[in-house]
Amino acid sequence: MNPDEVSAPLQKPLIQAGDGVKRHRLSTRLWHWVNAGALLVLLMSGLMIFNAHPRLYWGQKGADTDKAWFIIGNDQGKGFVQIGAGKFNTDGVLGSYIGSDGTPKQHAFPYWATIPSGYDLSTARLWHFAFAWILSLALLFYIVRSLWNGHIIRDLHIKSAQWSPRHIWHDVKAHARLRFPAGDDALHYGILQKLSYIGVIFILTPLMIFTGLSMSPGMDAAWPWMVDLFGGRQSARSLHFIAASALLAFFLIHLAMVLLSGPYNQVRAMITGRYYVTGARRPDVSVAEDTL
Amino acid sequence: MTSEPLIKMPRRQLLQGIAAGAGGLMLSGCDALSESPSFRGLLKSAEPLNLGAQRLITDRVALAREFSAADMSPIFKPNGSQTGDTAEYKAHKAEGFANWRLKIDGMVANPLALSLTQLKAMPSREQITRHDCVEGWTAIGKWRGTPLGLLLKQAGLSAKARYLIFHCADKFGSVPYYESIDLIDGFHPQTILAWGMNGGPLPERHGAPLRLRVERQLGYKHAKFIMRIEAVSSLASFGQGKGGYWEDVADYQWYAGI
Repeated sequence: MNPDEVSAPLQKPLIQAGDGVKRHRLSTRLWHWVNAGALLVLLMSGLMIFNAHPRLYWGQKGADTDKAWFIIGNDQGKGFVQIGAGKFNTDGVLGSYIGSDGTPKQHAFPYWATIPSGYDLSTARLWHFAFAWILSLALLFYIVRSLWNGHIIRDLHIKSAQWSPRHIWHDVKAHARLRFPAGDDALHYGILQKLSYIGVIFILTPLMIFTGLSMSPGMDAAWPWMVDLFGGRQSARSLHFIAASALLAFFLIHLAMVLLSGPYNQVRAMITGRYYVTGARRPDVSVAEDTL
Repeated sequence: MTSEPLIKMPRRQLLQGIAAGAGGLMLSGCDALSESPSFRGLLKSAEPLNLGAQRLITDRVALAREFSAADMSPIFKPNGSQTGDTAEYKAHKAEGFANWRLKIDGMVANPLALSLTQLKAMPSREQITRHDCVEGWTAIGKWRGTPLGLLLKQAGLSAKARYLIFHCADKFGSVPYYESIDLIDGFHPQTILAWGMNGGPLPERHGAPLRLRVERQLGYKHAKFIMRIEAVSSLASFGQGKGGYWEDVADYQWYAGI
């Protein structure tokens, strides 16, 4: 078979277990790893930046005496997280922790979660603003390339049959039972995969970029509509934090799925592009796919 | 179902070990990179990109949003130095700044020395604007002051001048605070030398008698306790040459529009 045509409709003989098929394009693989690295650096340097003022507000303004909806702090050295009216003890992890040198520290996020590991706002900003360029340009490159080569239309576009509640429920159950697609089903994205990838590529990452830009006083003067769209500078900062949390949640689930569905084969496929098909087709997993 | 065997315990422990080890390596690696001058230089190369990109895609004279009195912060957080520290400043403060003079010199045809009364007698501008600290908080306050562009014209700024250095009376340890901006911000209509705040005189904790408002940049650019403005062609011979106190001591961005 021609490995370049795997995303064409099922018209070729079924793929056999052990077949190596080309699953990820070079542009996808490049973007995946550049994006993963940039996101990790941006997350960790962002947590350091958050440590400089570990409070979040809604609206245009917000400082120490204004009402915050989210606070990471400490009461006499005991770390807590406050969300709205709820206050949670997070001593030892958030708000107060034992530093890498063995002494107690009182920053919001601990040393192992931040870049740099010690409190250093200006260095974190250097990392953050350099990697923000990498993230944004990589995303732009990927979206343009993937529109051009048809990846988005062919592989990410959700086909009407996939929107059926029955199909979605089927995919939810399959994930919950850790039954991952095998055979040629492993060469197409399921509905949950498509939704999460679309969410990351077209919603969360652009939201990170634009809420980030909305914290820039220079950009706000030039493009006031952007910060207005998010409801003010402090709202943009809150949304930046929420979207980052959502990306972290995606990353953890994504990592879990890779680990549970054959990490060696999956990671190798994202590096070399070649995926080795496992097992035969399972009709109970792919029943809805057949109707596509 | 995948034909791959489910992960067995030893393998899981191995993976956890690898993850923890990689995490540790990454952390110490990032710290080492942060301290490497060449890598730091690479990170800092994004700074002119930020300035260039913002100037490229935005209007150079775009005005920062101005708010209504209802939007003002009930308490405007003072930050950074909250007192002037030099003996000269303290003497002026004791006299109610009656003999204090703002010097404007350097690359100008007519150096100026203006009293607070003279500054207040000139056309002034009042603006309710957002103050964004590099730490992440935002306060909204009302500022009244003399447009800097007006003073620069009066002083006959040289065509060769490129930057304005603000020499301040506050110190961090023994190091005097200073800041600098370019002429695009220097002549921006909202760039004022504020002597009034929230309807009253500028309080000392906010930089009395005179502070800079450069509304499209972060808080640390808004020099407080200004004694002298010097027009220069290069930032190299001031402080450590990076254009400001925080820029010198900690590599904060000179262009703080981001």
